[in-house]
Amino acid sequence: MTSQLILFFTLALVAVAAALGMLFSRNAVYAALFLIVNFGAVAVFYLWLNAPFIALAQVTVYGGAIMVLFLFVIMLLGAEQTGRTAAIWWLQPAAIFLSLVLLVEAIYIVVTQQGTLQAVETVSPTFGSPVDIGETLFRQYVLPFEVTSILLLVAMIGAIVLSRGRAQR
Amino acid sequence: MLPVGYYIGLSAVLFTIGALGVLIRRNAIVIFMSVELMLNAANLAFVAFARAYEAVSGQLFVFFVMTVAAAEVAVGLALIVTIFHTKQSIDIDQMNTMKG
Repeated sequence: MTSQLILFFTLALVAVAAALGMLFSRNAVYAALFLIVNFGAVAVFYLWLNAPFIALAQVTVYGGAIMVLFLFVIMLLGAEQTGRTAAIWWLQPAAIFLSLVLLVEAIYIVVTQQGTLQAVETVSPTFGSPVDIGETLFRQYVLPFEVTSILLLVAMIGAIVLSRGRAQR
Repeated sequence: MLPVGYYIGLSAVLFTIGALGVLIRRNAIVIFMSVELMLNAANLAFVAFARAYEAVSGQLFVFFVMTVAAAEVAVGLALIVTIFHTKQSIDIDQMNTMKG
């Protein structure tokens, strides 16, 4: 239990520190790299929570494809640096206050509802394995899976149309 | 496993950082990354509950969230590139006109 706690808090520290690094770094490239660290830490949490398929999908889809796309666009636009002052002066204090309220509320609910969340102590060894995921996906969720393919097709067409440029339109 | 509350607490912290990023940052790309962070925090909660209740459906939802995030990033970044070509900036304070 103690070693688990140490492991949890170390990983949580990495994840939160990387998220804060993304929030406060002035350079967009650094922000993207911090976000990759965060995704990696969360992927380790997934492995720990008996979700190996999701963990590896996280690394390849988020850490790989999505973040490479982000870095590519940042470097394509050369838009690493941005101004630091907002147009509305009270925006920053208001945002910090509202976020704190959200955080305190969420933590309060988690702490007070702790007793109602009863976790299963041990799960079957095949839980979350690619076989298990595949069987549930293609039996129970086959329609959402097909809708997903349409969604990806629409996104692809949308991206092509948007980035085609003005001259050819 | 550790109590689910630990994971949900971490998920709440990450979500709040993401929400704060959306509110205080001015760079459209960093705002997009903050949205990704929020989706990721929600995914962590899904996986934690899937483990706690031994329900594989929770992991399937994470799979679908990832697909939607990928689609959203493709369209969103294409939009940002188009806006940059029109305005020469991706500062969201500059995006205050409907046309041009």
